[in-house]
Amino acid sequence: MTTTVAKVHGGDTDAPYTLSHLDALESEAVHIFREVAGEFERPVILFSGGKDSIVMLHLALKAFAPAAVPFTLLHVDTGHNFPEVLEYRDRAVAAHGLRLHVASVQDYIDRGVLKERPDGTRNPLQTLPLTEKIQAEKFDAVFGGGRRDEEKARAKERVFSLRDEFSQWDPRRQRPELWNLYNGRHAPGEHVRVFPLSNWTELDVWQYIAREGIELPDIYFAHEREVFQRAGMWLTAGEWGGPKADETVEKRQVRYRTVGDMSCTGAVDSDAVTLDDVIAEIAASRLTERGATRADDKMSEAAMEDRKREGYF
Amino acid sequence: MTTTTELTETTLLRFATAGSVDDGKSTLVGRLLHDSKSILTDQLEAVERASASRGQDAPDLALLTDGLRAEREQGITIDVAYRYFATPKRRFILADTPGHVQYTRNMVTGASTAELTVILIDARNGVVEQTRRHAALAALLRVPHVVLAVNKMDLVDYQESVFAAIAQEFTAYALELGVPEITAIPISALAGDNVVDPSAKMDWYGGPTFLEHLETVPVAHDLSHCHARLPVQYVIRPQTAEHPDYRGYAGQIAAGSFRVGESVTVLPSGHASKISGIDLLGEAVEVAYTTQSVTVLLEDDIDISRGDLIVPSKDAPPTTQDIEATVCHVADAPLTVGHRVLLKHGTRTVKAIVKDIPSRLTLDDLSLHPHPGQLVANDIGRVKIRTAEPLPVDSYADSRRTGSFILIDPNDGTTLTAGMVGESFASPEPVKDEAEDDGWDF
Repeated sequence: MTTTVAKVHGGDTDAPYTLSHLDALESEAVHIFREVAGEFERPVILFSGGKDSIVMLHLALKAFAPAAVPFTLLHVDTGHNFPEVLEYRDRAVAAHGLRLHVASVQDYIDRGVLKERPDGTRNPLQTLPLTEKIQAEKFDAVFGGGRRDEEKARAKERVFSLRDEFSQWDPRRQRPELWNLYNGRHAPGEHVRVFPLSNWTELDVWQYIAREGIELPDIYFAHEREVFQRAGMWLTAGEWGGPKADETVEKRQVRYRTVGDMSCTGAVDSDAVTLDDVIAEIAASRLTERGATRADDKMSEAAMEDRKREGYF
Repeated sequence: MTTTTELTETTLLRFATAGSVDDGKSTLVGRLLHDSKSILTDQLEAVERASASRGQDAPDLALLTDGLRAEREQGITIDVAYRYFATPKRRFILADTPGHVQYTRNMVTGASTAELTVILIDARNGVVEQTRRHAALAALLRVPHVVLAVNKMDLVDYQESVFAAIAQEFTAYALELGVPEITAIPISALAGDNVVDPSAKMDWYGGPTFLEHLETVPVAHDLSHCHARLPVQYVIRPQTAEHPDYRGYAGQIAAGSFRVGESVTVLPSGHASKISGIDLLGEAVEVAYTTQSVTVLLEDDIDISRGDLIVPSKDAPPTTQDIEATVCHVADAPLTVGHRVLLKHGTRTVKAIVKDIPSRLTLDDLSLHPHPGQLVANDIGRVKIRTAEPLPVDSYADSRRTGSFILIDPNDGTTLTAGMVGESFASPEPVKDEAEDDGWDF
């Protein structure tokens, strides 16, 4: 891949100039981080060790350099996370001297507050631990890596998304976003979810990772893994509930396009071992990343909208 | 996989659509995404499944953009939806806004960040009231480029005369409003003529297809007429052993450019200094431009905080506590004379009071209704506002970012009103005074 940056024509300030699409998106995201730093008391970044949250952290580091990032991190741990990703998470936290809060789904199951679903999927169980942690820590701004290109209900999401004291999202209460004037005002107990990557696509994220030389967990690249097939996806065998008796495990060369709960995040057959390979594969792919790999978005046409109303991202 | 894909950084165009379902807007957007191969297999399958389950025999491309259940149930679009697609030449962000009259505020929202607006017309109906409303909004929001997409050309036998008459009427009207640039394109979204691929049926048309125009319209900023402006968002002070004295003023350049060595003034205090360094996200640069997020360092240690504005000393805006503006009211509760509000301009939020609402503007015929007393949701009007502190505002005509503001309800934080400082339209006086308010408005 050759990357030619659409550089600003320097020197002559009378010449028309333009930013490249990545520079424009980066600048916008940095602006969003700085707005929150200027207007909120207790912001937190949702950080899972997945690629979108890694890019968010990278942008936050750039936004406040050479000073430290003025936010803490929060991970909602489903208990079914990939070990490689958790390891990456802990390394990143240590490397940048950040503070990590963890809200644990397993904890809620152990205490009997939440019940394991019959299908073993824990993604929908994240909502309660997340919202209770937000209340307990009095976070007033919560950064998420959500992108508006991911799913139809997200296409109408705002960059600043107001949530009531129950973390609920009411599409009719969202504020119009005019120019780049974000309105983050909220009542005590309410908070704002903030999506700095709103206008990015999956390909933008990958191109940016390549351009910036950002390190990712290994599972994003092709590797040999023991997997079995369920609902048309390659899932990783593990204690979370797979494989069942009628499911066979086989060794395949796969990689992950998205990283979430092991029980519902599928791998794709791939021999893309470098970032350039991955980008070429995505550019040629005819499936969106969630359609290919997220069982939970396939549930129903309104699944995401309902879950967002309850406080999910 | 062994394909070698040449992926380069391109440019980004933000554009907005205006038009009603009846004009075929959803079909146009669907066609654009479909023919530019931006609809992925699983998205199309989902649309096919949903269409089939509702007993429709063809995939309804409108389902690609209508995301919320309420809309699906009512078959309407209630909000701005953002769509993303790319061609090898350019990345696009589309703010897809409903064209129905009660959704003026959504069109204002979509147009506020757009560099191009698409106005859709049904070739059989020509320029109608709604078209004039859309043109007026594009003019009010000072969107640099307007595309007139004359759709359903297949239903008028692809006649050049039909297209030419519509294009002429619209262009004359829009120019009168001061729209700087208009491109008219004859299309059929349903049949695919001139959307992505050139039409074989309209060989009389020699211009670009709709997508070609989107790919080539200039997104470059001409800085020769810009007043440089940097609203300070945040002060960066590491106070570490490595950077004991670093004080950087972080912000996104709202207009123009700044260079190292330049004499600058900080408003509203009026303190002056020189730029000693510009940090472009970790890279020291000599000059930085509009929409770049930067950190500026100054030679002198002066008291600067969030909400201040850094400007060239030779080109500072006046500060004022009395703002006259054209506004679009976006909240459900009305805006009244005497209303106490918060005004957010750039990175500064101040208390303000609505002193007067001299007139309301009817977009259909650009008539002015004097002293309406209040503005309700989707109203466009003139307001006079008194702010608690002086603000360095530009005219919206000069600078969309430093000439715009929002009004906020101090009680519940609702965004009330979108405001544009200065005159409504670029042309001298396209509006006519109504002697009396007949009270009839949407």
